[in-house]
Amino acid sequence: MPDTIPGSLRAYLHGLPGVDEVGVQRRAAGLATRSIKTTAKRQAIDLAIRMVDLTTLEGADTPGKVRALAAKAVRPDPADPSVPSVAALCVYPDMISTAARALAGTGVGLASVATGFPAGRTSLEVKLSDTATAVEAGASEIDMVIDRGAFLAGDYAKVFDEIVAVKEQCGEAHLKVILETGELVTYDNVRRASWLALHAGADFIKTSTGKVTPAATLPVTLVMLEAVRDYQAATGRQAGVKPAGGIRTTKDAIRYLVLVKEIAGDDWLDPAWFRLGASTLLNDLLMQRTKLGTGQYSGPDYYTID
Amino acid sequence: MAETPPRIAVRRTYKLYVGGAFPRSESGRSYPVTSADGSHLANAALASRKDVRDAVVAARKAFPGWSGRTAYNRGQILYRVAEMMEGRREQFAAEVAAADGVSAARAQELVSAAVDRWVYYAGWADKISQVVGGANPVAGPFFNLSEPEPTGVVGVLAPGGSSLLGLVSVLAPVITSGNTAVLVADERAPLPAVTLAEALATSDLPGGVANILTGRLAELAPPLAGHADVNALDLAGAGGLAAELEELAATTLKRVLRPGPEDDWADADPGLARVRPFLEIKTVWHPIGR
Repeated sequence: MPDTIPGSLRAYLHGLPGVDEVGVQRRAAGLATRSIKTTAKRQAIDLAIRMVDLTTLEGADTPGKVRALAAKAVRPDPADPSVPSVAALCVYPDMISTAARALAGTGVGLASVATGFPAGRTSLEVKLSDTATAVEAGASEIDMVIDRGAFLAGDYAKVFDEIVAVKEQCGEAHLKVILETGELVTYDNVRRASWLALHAGADFIKTSTGKVTPAATLPVTLVMLEAVRDYQAATGRQAGVKPAGGIRTTKDAIRYLVLVKEIAGDDWLDPAWFRLGASTLLNDLLMQRTKLGTGQYSGPDYYTID
Repeated sequence: MAETPPRIAVRRTYKLYVGGAFPRSESGRSYPVTSADGSHLANAALASRKDVRDAVVAARKAFPGWSGRTAYNRGQILYRVAEMMEGRREQFAAEVAAADGVSAARAQELVSAAVDRWVYYAGWADKISQVVGGANPVAGPFFNLSEPEPTGVVGVLAPGGSSLLGLVSVLAPVITSGNTAVLVADERAPLPAVTLAEALATSDLPGGVANILTGRLAELAPPLAGHADVNALDLAGAGGLAAELEELAATTLKRVLRPGPEDDWADADPGLARVRPFLEIKTVWHPIGR
C-alpha cells in the first residue's frame, strides 16, 4: 500500500530539504579514502559477492549466455567452493524462463527488468503487462524504470501512480525502482525521486539502468542511502538501495560498502537491503579474493568472460 | 643597479614509467642513488608491489594494440626510439659514466652501443617471422605454415652493472616482436633507465608497451614472477633470486629465460637469442585444391 501524503505531492517533494552538492561530494570523497585491508577486506569481498546482482542486459543475450551466467551466479569460482553465490541474476523478461530453469533450487534470486526498460517510454498498459508476464515467468524481483520525462516535467503524480500500479502487479515479487539518476541532473531531483518512489511502495531504489552515463556514483548513492535511512525513521519501513552501472573494481565495491555502513548503518549491510548491479565487477572480486588467499596477483585469463 | 639574484636550480624528479605516464611510486617512497664511487646522485622512486600490479595492468591493456600492429610499423616506431636516444646522447653519457664508474670516452662508446643495439632490434621486427616461421613440407594436400606470435606480457629484470646497454639489450628484443614489457631497472643504477623512459615517451611507442620500475629487486621481482597475468619472464638480472623466481613462475607455467653463465646479452651480434624465447609458434593447416 502506498503511503498517504498530506497535501499535494508536489508541495511535499519540493518541501524536502535541498542537498548541499559540495558537501555531499566531499563527504563521499572523504569516505572513499578509507583503507580496508586483510581480514576486513576478505569479509568485504565476500559480502560484496553476496550483494551482486549479476546482470546481462544486452540485445545480443542468448539462452546459452544466460545459462552460463546462471551457473556463474550460483558458483562464481568453480575452483573454489568457499566463494558464496551472488544475490540474484538480472535479465530481460524474455530470458526469465531460461534463467528460472537454470536457477531452480539454488537460492539465487531472479530479477528481471520490466516496464519498457531502459527508456520506459511506453503506455501504462504495456508496462503493466510487461510486469505481469515477468512475474508469471518466475521473476522474484522486478526492476522497473520511472518515467523520467514525466518526473522532469513536474508530473509527479503520474510517476507515483505508475509505481503504485506496477507494485500492485508485482504481487510477491520485490519491486526495485530505477531512478536513472544520470538523467535527473541534480541531487535535489535524486532526493525527490527517492522519496517519491519510497512513498509509492518501492522495496528498493536503484540508481541507473546502466545504459546512461553517468551511471552509479558515490554521491548519488549517498543521497539515496540518506533517503532510505530517513524514510525508515519516518515510517518504520525499511527499503534497500542498489547502485548499478560503472562499478567495476573491488576498490569501487568496498567504497560503496563503507558508504552503506556510514550513512545508512549496519542494518543495510546485507544482500536483502543493498545490492550492486554489475557484470564485470564479479571477476575483479574473484581475482582479489584469490590474491588474498594465495598472495599472488591473479589474471583475467583464469575467469570466465561472461 | 640591482644585482641579479642567483637562478634557482630546477632539479629533476626521477619517476616510474607506467602506462605511458610518469607516476611517483604508489607507496610514495624514494631511495638514494649513488654513483659507482659512492657519491649521491639523486633520489629515485622506490616502487612497491602495487606498482608492479599497475604496470602489469598497463602492459596487458597495451598488448592487443601493439601486437596487432604490422611488424613493419613496430620496426619504424622502435627506430624512432633510437632517434630519440641519439638526441639525448650527452645526458645518457653523463649518467652512464656516473652509474657504471667508467671514463667519459667509454661512456660515449656504451651509449653508441646501446643506440646501435636498439636499431639492431628495430630492424629485426619485420624479419623475425621469415627466420622463425615458414612453410613446412607435409605429406598431404595441405599448405602448412608456421608463424611466430608474441607471448604476451613479459617481466624483465634488467642485468646489473651495465645501466644502459644491459637495459636496452634485454628490453628491445622483448618488445620488437610485439610483446609488452614490465621492466625492473638495475637497483643500483636506475637513472639511465628513467632517461630511457623519457626517450620512449617522446617517441611513438604506445603507452604501456614498455613499463619501467625502479626499486628493490627483492621486493619487485617475486610479485612479478608470481603474477598470473604475466606470460613470460626474463631473469637476466635476477642474480641469487633466480631459483626462487623460477619456482614462482612455474605456478602459472610462465616461459622463463634463465640468466646466462656470463653477460650473454653483451654479445655484439646477439641474433634472435633473446627474441625467440618470447615467441609462440602457431601452425596453420590449409587444404590445397579447389
